[in-house]
Amino acid sequence: MSEHSSSSPLKMYFAVFFALLAGTGLTVFAATLDLGPFNAPVALTIATVKATLVALFFMHVWHASEKLTKLVVIGALFFLLLLLGLTMTDYATRPWS
Amino acid sequence: MPDSTAVGLHHEEQHHPELLHHFADPQQQRDASSLGMWVFLATEIMFFGGLFCAYLIYRRWYFGDFAAASKSIDMALGATNTAVLICSSLTVVLAVWAAQTARRTLLLASLAITMLLGLTFLGIKGVEYKQKFDEHHVPGASFSFDHEEIPGHPGQYANPAHAQIFFSLYFVMTGLHALHMIIGLGIFLWLFLAAWRGRFTPEYNTPIEIGGLYWHFVDIVWIYLFPLLYLIDRHA
Repeated sequence: MSEHSSSSPLKMYFAVFFALLAGTGLTVFAATLDLGPFNAPVALTIATVKATLVALFFMHVWHASEKLTKLVVIGALFFLLLLLGLTMTDYATRPWS
Repeated sequence: MPDSTAVGLHHEEQHHPELLHHFADPQQQRDASSLGMWVFLATEIMFFGGLFCAYLIYRRWYFGDFAAASKSIDMALGATNTAVLICSSLTVVLAVWAAQTARRTLLLASLAITMLLGLTFLGIKGVEYKQKFDEHHVPGASFSFDHEEIPGHPGQYANPAHAQIFFSLYFVMTGLHALHMIIGLGIFLWLFLAAWRGRFTPEYNTPIEIGGLYWHFVDIVWIYLFPLLYLIDRHA
């Protein structure tokens, strides 16, 4: 699959693993701090970094030999963004809410 | 054309038994399987996306009630489960690597440990659900969430009806996630039995790769569920 690092991807797997554990600790720690309106953005940013690490390295999107796979991933995220983004702009701008 | 027949026969004899005849080579077959799985995962993203969208709308409307309800869930259990799933994602990539490099013992051990971690996750989830049942926090006739203070607003109490919406979303989202875990356990049991019979080789290990994609996706869903459900306004 990954001719670029055919020797051993193990180092990378363990690095990602420890980064994910650190991210979990960090998100629990950040939740105990009063960051005003930034608690949710910080939590979601950490979650997104963790999810991206899993997708790129554990799910091999980074080394995917098929460009179509990357297109499907980006397309799916785009539609998710439409779903969440457009719905929330509606609810956030209703005068009565 | 005797020549091409000879080439065709030669090809038939040479190729790997797992290579289906409509694919040019194993790489193409692997890419096609992986692409198909990603298209399925795209539908899963939209499926969970709808739930996340409902969650966001109600969280915006009833933030204080959501914070009070979220605080009643055991954060330590949720954090432990996050770590358990991350460990299982590591054993899944180890299983894929072991299959690619023909390490039979590591492959079987990784698949077995993945299943054990999956069961651990569901066990911890069960403990958590039991707590919620005992506290009458399960939406329904016996639901009760009276006199629960809104974090950061002393003297203000959460509206039980709004808290019930939080718990409905909590049970539906974690419940559907748990259902995915149970299906994942079934997939990995099948992978383990096939690996036991020696079906996977460095040339052919697509089912492990594909099953792994599914497992990692379920892990990613949890990575978002944990902060959204367990960590609302914890500092207050």
